[in-house]
Amino acid sequence: MNGSTLSIRRRLVIQLALVAALLSVAFFLTVRGVAGNATEQTQDNILAASATSIADALYSDNGSVRVEIPYSALSMLGTVSEDRVFYHVILDGKTLTGYDDLPVPEGQSRPGVPLFDTYSYRGDSLRAVVVTRTLAAANQPRRVEVVVAQTRLGLAAISSRITTTATAIGVAFFLVATALSALAAQNALRPLSRLAEAMARRGPKDLRPVSAEAPSELAPLVGGLNSFMSRLSAALGRSEDLIVEAAHRVRTPLATVRTQAEVVHLQMEKPQNRQALRQMIRAIDESSRSAGQLLDHAMVTLRSDHLETEIVNPADLLREVVDRLGPTADLRDISIRLDLPDQPLRVRGDPILLQNAVRNILDNAIKYSPAETDIAISLSGDDICRMTFCDQGRGFEAADIARLPDRFSRGTNVGDVVGSGLGLTIVTDVARAHGGSLEIATDPKGGGACVTLVLPCC
Amino acid sequence: MRYACFALLLTWWAGSSAAFDIEESHSYPAGASELRILSTADQAVFDPILRSFQAENPEISIVYDVAGSTGVMAAIQDEGALYDLVISSAMDLQTKLANDGLAQAYLSEATARLPAWASWRDMVFAFTQEPAVLVVNDRLFRDLETPRNRAGLIELLRGNPQVFRGRIGTYDVRRSGLGYLFATQDSRNTESYWRLTEVMGRLETQLYCCSGEMITDVASGDLALAYNVLGSYARVRLKDTPGIRVVEMEDFVSVMLRSALIPMNARAVEEAGLMIDFLAGMSNRPELVQATGLPPVSLDARDGDESVLRPIRLGPGLLVFLDRMRRETFLRSWVSSVEQE
Repeated sequence: MNGSTLSIRRRLVIQLALVAALLSVAFFLTVRGVAGNATEQTQDNILAASATSIADALYSDNGSVRVEIPYSALSMLGTVSEDRVFYHVILDGKTLTGYDDLPVPEGQSRPGVPLFDTYSYRGDSLRAVVVTRTLAAANQPRRVEVVVAQTRLGLAAISSRITTTATAIGVAFFLVATALSALAAQNALRPLSRLAEAMARRGPKDLRPVSAEAPSELAPLVGGLNSFMSRLSAALGRSEDLIVEAAHRVRTPLATVRTQAEVVHLQMEKPQNRQALRQMIRAIDESSRSAGQLLDHAMVTLRSDHLETEIVNPADLLREVVDRLGPTADLRDISIRLDLPDQPLRVRGDPILLQNAVRNILDNAIKYSPAETDIAISLSGDDICRMTFCDQGRGFEAADIARLPDRFSRGTNVGDVVGSGLGLTIVTDVARAHGGSLEIATDPKGGGACVTLVLPCC
Repeated sequence: MRYACFALLLTWWAGSSAAFDIEESHSYPAGASELRILSTADQAVFDPILRSFQAENPEISIVYDVAGSTGVMAAIQDEGALYDLVISSAMDLQTKLANDGLAQAYLSEATARLPAWASWRDMVFAFTQEPAVLVVNDRLFRDLETPRNRAGLIELLRGNPQVFRGRIGTYDVRRSGLGYLFATQDSRNTESYWRLTEVMGRLETQLYCCSGEMITDVASGDLALAYNVLGSYARVRLKDTPGIRVVEMEDFVSVMLRSALIPMNARAVEEAGLMIDFLAGMSNRPELVQATGLPPVSLDARDGDESVLRPIRLGPGLLVFLDRMRRETFLRSWVSSVEQE
């Protein structure tokens, strides 16, 4: 995970965890509230039942009101918990029986409806209920209040149990929800990382539109990317076209100028004039060569994207190029030695591109070789086909080797020779398009340059 | 007669809140700390327990005061007498002390091992279970069928008035707190209690304050039978008293739990706790059970009203019969049943 994806994911996880925490707390409060109410309600109900059963045991006897407290009235309060129990029966404001200092719950009382209250008595918090009855004794209506009260230890115990359970469930919920959030965040971000991976895997010249399926949220991004790439690709194509066009336009008039120059050269008699014309012809040649290389480079770039491959024998390739460039070498008395193996080798590749590459290497070798020297070409290989071209020229400066394949980059020791700096770039592009590479080094034996084109065999 | 009864009742009730007389006081001097016990059990019964406890805790001196159950109540509730441990057979009064906030809670491994019904609020700890039994004169019952339940007893008394007239003994529930406890539990447990009381009243039942005297009179032949005698005392007497037989009823047996609690104002709380642990572990000391004749709380006995052995349940239910109006009504009914003229 790198920093950029982590931040979205972390934000997502933190926000989801916060939501889970909120929900957990809400759950905890709800459960405690509901369950707490339910247990309080239960205690109230038992208290009311107890007070009612005492009120039901009221009777008048010879004009006096008496009460026979049922055993169950108080024992029922002891069945659930071991709470302290108090009761007080009041007749017209005077204690009939029970704890005579036990207060009567205060509040708006309605006849027949038990009235509850919570107060402190004898050092404990009590839940109390009062049930009011009117009794006729000796033809007088008598008002009786039955108060039953109970401490709240059992309630507290149940409440703490509920709190513990609710806490445990809340914490468990939070942990599970957070874990699931992390998982969900990772899942949600998977298309994004897939897209990033697909982009990272692409080669430097791969400007095809992104075809991987992207979720609708990423569609604008992918669309933008695709349109950007197609514009880039179109722009690149236009500039290549421009170069081809420009090269053509330059080369054709140059050929005409060269022919005219040669005609004039033959007619000149003064040595200094002939010398000037020869220099002119050489300059025209170089310009024409540069334009050709620009064309080559544009073609390599174009064809690299859509390779038209077939089986090629590199030995044939070398022979053909040597035949083609042999006259140029002969002009400067440079002999080319071709060292080919007995077994034919097979390379899968685009013959035009490969020929172009080999021609550029040999062309370079001839250009930088002094007159009357040798160029040794050897072909070897088994799984990997190596074509090595060694000349006896000035070689490479060690510092230049790494940057020579770059476009328009030339060695620091060749300022006196005309060149475009495109030759090795073309070779490198071709090698790369075929899954091979280019090795350049200074020949340890002769001090000349050794350039090796490495291609995979098939 | 009725008014005389009420007068008697009132003096008894008034006495409970005024007079607190120590019947006996015994001292077991030993180490520096002093444990003051107020108990309803005779010193003779408790002596082996106290000595055994002291053998294990030689640093504790003990003062053992004996009073009646109402005296104990008065001492703690009204007079604030300084005791560290209260041992009483009056479960209802012990419960009331705990309910009214005059006892303090105590927790230990030993009390945690007690069955749930043998303690209340971690304040009242039962350590014996003593059944109410029927004691009969062996010689007299050679020709009579021994009753198996209360219905059988009623039938027997009704069928043989000539044998039983004036020769039945039971507690005077007005004087004896334990008798009152047994009687109220009987009235709660069976419909036949009032019929039985009625029949016993018609046969001029003799009223007693204490189990010991009833057993003596059954043994001598003055009584044919005594109802609701404390079984633990009767069993101890079986050994040296010929001529008596102990009968457990088969419909149900009320079981009194002798209990201990630490009063709120106790000073030697730690020592009192040690004594409670000691008492709670009585079932592991058969030699003490043998010596005192006090059956320890058995871990097998069940709570509830289904089994024959019914330990009287500690808890607020016991407060019902302490209610002054309920007590008044109960005693009025009881007196009118027992004292028929």
